Amino acid sequence: METINLLIWSFDALLGLCLLWLAWRTLSAPDLYKAVVLFVAFGLLMTLAWVRLDAPDVALAEAAIGAGLTGALLLSALARLDPAVDDQSIVTQKDNRPKSESVQWAAFMSLILVAIGLGYSVLSLPLKFKGLSPEVTEQLVNSGVENPVTAVLLNFRGYDTLLEMAVLLIALLGVWSTGNKPKYDKPFSSPVLDFLSRLLTPILILVAAYLLWVGAHAPGGAFQAGSILGAVGVLLLLSGWRLQKDSSLLLIRLILLAGPFAFVAMAVITMMIEGQLLQYPPAHAGLLILVLETTATLSIGATLAALFLGGPPHLKNEESP
Amino acid sequence: MTPTLLFALVGIGLFSLGLYALIVHAHLLRKILAINIMGSGVFLILVALAKRTSETTPDPVPHAMVITGIVVAVSATALALSIMLKLNSETGCAELPDDV
Amino acid sequence: MTITDYLSLTLMITGAIFFLAGTLGLLRFPDVYTRLHALTKADNLGLGLIITGLILQLESWTVAGKLILIWLLVLLAGGCVAHLIARGALQRNVRLWKR
Repeated sequence: METINLLIWSFDALLGLCLLWLAWRTLSAPDLYKAVVLFVAFGLLMTLAWVRLDAPDVALAEAAIGAGLTGALLLSALARLDPAVDDQSIVTQKDNRPKSESVQWAAFMSLILVAIGLGYSVLSLPLKFKGLSPEVTEQLVNSGVENPVTAVLLNFRGYDTLLEMAVLLIALLGVWSTGNKPKYDKPFSSPVLDFLSRLLTPILILVAAYLLWVGAHAPGGAFQAGSILGAVGVLLLLSGWRLQKDSSLLLIRLILLAGPFAFVAMAVITMMIEGQLLQYPPAHAGLLILVLETTATLSIGATLAALFLGGPPHLKNEESP
Repeated sequence: MTPTLLFALVGIGLFSLGLYALIVHAHLLRKILAINIMGSGVFLILVALAKRTSETTPDPVPHAMVITGIVVAVSATALALSIMLKLNSETGCAELPDDV
Repeated sequence: MTITDYLSLTLMITGAIFFLAGTLGLLRFPDVYTRLHALTKADNLGLGLIITGLILQLESWTVAGKLILIWLLVLLAGGCVAHLIARGALQRNVRLWKR
C-alpha cells in the first residue's frame, strides 16, 4: 500500500508543479495568442486539481466556465483588439514592458513577503477541522435535495446565489453599455461547422437538462447546466446565427431577467409566509429548489452567450456589412 | 505533506505569480489574465482547506463559495474585456498610460 | 486483483501510451496539418481504450452508456474541429511541409 500512496502523492506533486509552471509560462509569454491558449490549458489542469481534491461540482463548473468560456471570451477579445490589421498579424500581438527595473525589484520583494505571510498563515491552521460540514449533514434531510453542495448553494446560502444572479445581470448591462455593435464580417462558413452546430445543439440541450435534474442527488446543478447552455449559444453565434424577428429581442430580455426575478420573487414570498428571507417550508423545498434552478439555468445560459457576443443585441439585418 | 497542504501552497504560489504579473505588465489583456490566475489560486486555497474534515466527504460550504466565485470571475472578465476593447477603439492601444 | 482488473489496467495503460504518442507528434511534426493528423487520430483511439478499460470496472450499463456517449461526442467534436482548424490554416495560406 505504501507504493500506491507514494505514487498518488507524486502525481499530486507533479500536478501542482505543472500548474505553477503553466501559470508562469502564461504570464510571461511574449505572444498574446500563445498566452491565451496556455491559459485554457491551465484551466483544464485546474479541473484535474479539483477532481483530486474531491470537488466534482467545482470541476464541472471550472471545465465549462473557467477553461472553456473564459478562453472563448479572451480569444474573441484578442481578435477584436486590432481589426485594422489582417489576420496574419493577430498571431504576433506583442507588447513591451515599460516598467523600470526598480519597480520590478520592488514588486518582486513585496511578492516574496506576501507569499511568506500567506504560507505562514496557511501552515499555522489546524490539520483537522470540521468546518460547517456537521451542520450541513444534520440539516440535509430538511433541505429537499441530497447533494450537499446544491443544498448549500440554493437553500442554506440562497442569498449568495441571489446576489450572484444580480452580478451576472450587472456585468451584462456593463458589456452592453460599453460594447460597440459588433461588425458582421463574413462569417467563417463551412458545411462542417453547420453540421456540427445542428447536431450538437439538441444533444447539448439534453445534457444541460440532465445536469440540472441530476444536481439534486449527484454532482451537477444549475450553474453547470447553465454553462452548457451558454456553450450552445457560443457555438450558434460562431456559426453565424443571429436573432431574426423583432419579438426575439423582447424574448431575450425576458429570459435574461427570469433568473434574478425568480430569486427575488421567491425571497419576497418566503419573507411574507415564513418571516425569513429564503426560508423554504421543508415539505416543498425540493420543488421550490427545482423551479429556482430551472429559471437560473435558462438565465445563466442566455447571459453567458450574450457576454460572448460583446455588444447590445441586434437583429440580423441591422448589422453593418 | 497531505494533499491539502500541497495544493494550498500551490494556490499561494499562483496568487503571488498573478500579483507580480498584475503589477509589472502594462498591457490590459495580460492584467486580466493575471487577475484570473490570482482568482484560481484563491479558489485552490479554499477548496484545499475544505478537505480537512475527519470523514471522507469534504466540507461543502467552500465548494459552493468557489462555484459562485468562478461564475463571478467570468462575468468580471467579460466586463473588463469590454472596457479594454472600448479603450482600444478610443485611443488605439490597450495599455494604460505609464506614470511611474 | 482479478483478471478483469488486470485487463482494464492493460487497456488503460495502452490508452495512455497512445496519448503520449499523440503528444509526441504534436511536439515533433513539422507543420499544422501533420500535427492535427497525429493529435486527433492518436487521442481518439487512446480515449476509446481508456473508456473500454473503465467499462470493465463498472457494475451498471447506464454508466457504460454515458461513457460511450462521451467517447462518441469527443470523436465528433475532435474530427470537426480538426477539419475547421485545417481549413482556417489553408485560408490563411499556411504552407504545407514538403520534404
